[in-house]
Amino acid sequence: MSPLSFFFEVLIGGLLSGVMYTLVALGFVLIFKASGVFNFAQGAMVLFAALNFVGFTELGLPWWTALMVTLAAMVVLAMAIERAVLRPLLGQDHMIVFMATIGLSIFIEGLAQLIWGTDVRGLNLGLPEDPIFIGDILVSRADLMTAAVAALLVLGLSLFFTLTRIGRALRAVAEDTQAAQVAGVPLGMIWAVVWSAAGVIALVAGLVWGARLGVQFALTLVALKALPVMLLGGFNSIPGAIVAGLLIGASEKLAEVYIGPYVGGGIENWFPYALAVAVLVFRPTGLFGSTGVARV
Amino acid sequence: MFYRHVGSMKTSYAQELQLFPVAQERWAFLALLVIGGVVLPRMADSYWLGSILLPFLILSLAAIGANVLTGYAGQISLGSGGFMAVGAYAAVNLVIRVPALPFPVTFLLAGVVAGAVCALFGLLSLRIRGLYVVVATLMAQFLIEWICTHVPWLYLNNASGIVGAPPLSLFGIPMTSVAARYEIAFIFTVLLALLARNLVRSPEGRGWLAVRDKETAAVLTGISVPRAKITAFAVCGFFCGVAGALWSFLYLGNVDVEAFTMHRSFQILFMVIIGGLGSIAGSFLGACFIVLLPVAITNLATLLGGTIRPDMVANLELMIFGGLIIGFLILEPRGLASLAMRARERLRRWPFKY
Repeated sequence: MSPLSFFFEVLIGGLLSGVMYTLVALGFVLIFKASGVFNFAQGAMVLFAALNFVGFTELGLPWWTALMVTLAAMVVLAMAIERAVLRPLLGQDHMIVFMATIGLSIFIEGLAQLIWGTDVRGLNLGLPEDPIFIGDILVSRADLMTAAVAALLVLGLSLFFTLTRIGRALRAVAEDTQAAQVAGVPLGMIWAVVWSAAGVIALVAGLVWGARLGVQFALTLVALKALPVMLLGGFNSIPGAIVAGLLIGASEKLAEVYIGPYVGGGIENWFPYALAVAVLVFRPTGLFGSTGVARV
Repeated sequence: MFYRHVGSMKTSYAQELQLFPVAQERWAFLALLVIGGVVLPRMADSYWLGSILLPFLILSLAAIGANVLTGYAGQISLGSGGFMAVGAYAAVNLVIRVPALPFPVTFLLAGVVAGAVCALFGLLSLRIRGLYVVVATLMAQFLIEWICTHVPWLYLNNASGIVGAPPLSLFGIPMTSVAARYEIAFIFTVLLALLARNLVRSPEGRGWLAVRDKETAAVLTGISVPRAKITAFAVCGFFCGVAGALWSFLYLGNVDVEAFTMHRSFQILFMVIIGGLGSIAGSFLGACFIVLLPVAITNLATLLGGTIRPDMVANLELMIFGGLIIGFLILEPRGLASLAMRARERLRRWPFKY
């Protein structure tokens, strides 16, 4: 294989894994946009969703029933979070709320494993295993399917945001929370909707990642993969999350292949962070984040 | 009525400046010192001394460092574990490469190294703010972990990557018994806690508070924000670094990066939150709480018949932990320390109603 097509193979592999990072990052961005909360529990929600789905299918439910039940569980979880965590903390400093979501993530991890146990479970979505050749470049078909699902999800979300009444209310809240409240947008309901939507994204991410890594505690760590994506793309930009996810995925794989051997490998844990921070030093709100004016 | 600020006339500036202006608090502090430093090492059994009190003291020290950065200067840190690792690796390298230094000096130097590294990462906080800083400290955590496992010079070319900590001795007297190790940790913790208590009320400390509360306003009142942030990072690194050195030398007996992963960082952040943001005494309360909680849950489980499986205990522990953190943030955002403050207010009026 020529060095050039090897380069492209690594690049495409990286871009496709970037799609997986974007999937997780979207959940973060959605909640941050609508409520200004940096939801550290997104990774725990991914685990919770995947464990529920696998658990219900193991109980003998057909996959679509399991999917529906899991969706319902995610909505219930979202409503519970809104009622028990967000509402009492309304108006608190955003750092306090951030730390509360760290507590929330631990709570959800404990809850999910208390219900379903701590064993590693396999998840077979029936995705095609064998890679295909495009030219002489090897591409994983499962990854291509994932990318297609992610694209559908983003399309669905943007349609929901632009066409439905709730979507418009959501954008109003994101724009200016107080003005939206004055205009009669019920904030609690909106938050429940946003967290449910984040739950749906967590479910998709959980299925995709679970099929790859197995459904286990390590799924919560995919949230750590999404953090540099958000850092790079800006906390409140959906296009930013997409572009940054692709960038991070591609550069991570390229760095691992081309720089890794010279420094002893294993750099994928910190390289995305370093890249994102390096960009931030020049653009402090990320590639697409909006800048604010500091006032006293 | 008996416990009061008023009526204790001060006749010198030194009295105005003392750390514990109320007489009863002075006595209580001295009593704590005597109990912790003299009575406990002789009375407590080696399980309590070595497995509960010793980690409690060392983690308190790390929590104080994290509290300076998070509670006083307002920069949330998820890198405390990494900074502890820097201290541990610096200490073991100093002990083995420069054996002439007495170990207290080594530990303090290790703290200085960790402080310098931490300040280096603090430079990032000058450009980026708020939640972005959290992620930058997380980068510090991962980067430090990676360096500690990929630079052979740091772990003295050991094949396993784990360095055994040489036994400590001072002036030829070996200090390896549990009581001696506890005593060393106690002295370090008390002295450094007093240092921290004084730092946060120094001009530097007041600068941290101003930056935490409103950066723009702090600039307008003439506080150098870069200076405040960098010093806060450096002080945090120093405390965490000393704690890391103590942790490997006194508690674990070896230097292993596995002891300083992200989980340690979270654990320390929880101590700060539960104990009380912006309170030195709170750091101790939070560390005490987090060290004792697993013990309490396990004991409670055996008390209830021991029917709960160990993995269920672990998960219940997670849930109780998470629930407590959320509960604390909702009910008492300033943590256990504020409960103590309220008890103090009550005490001041006692025995009257108001």
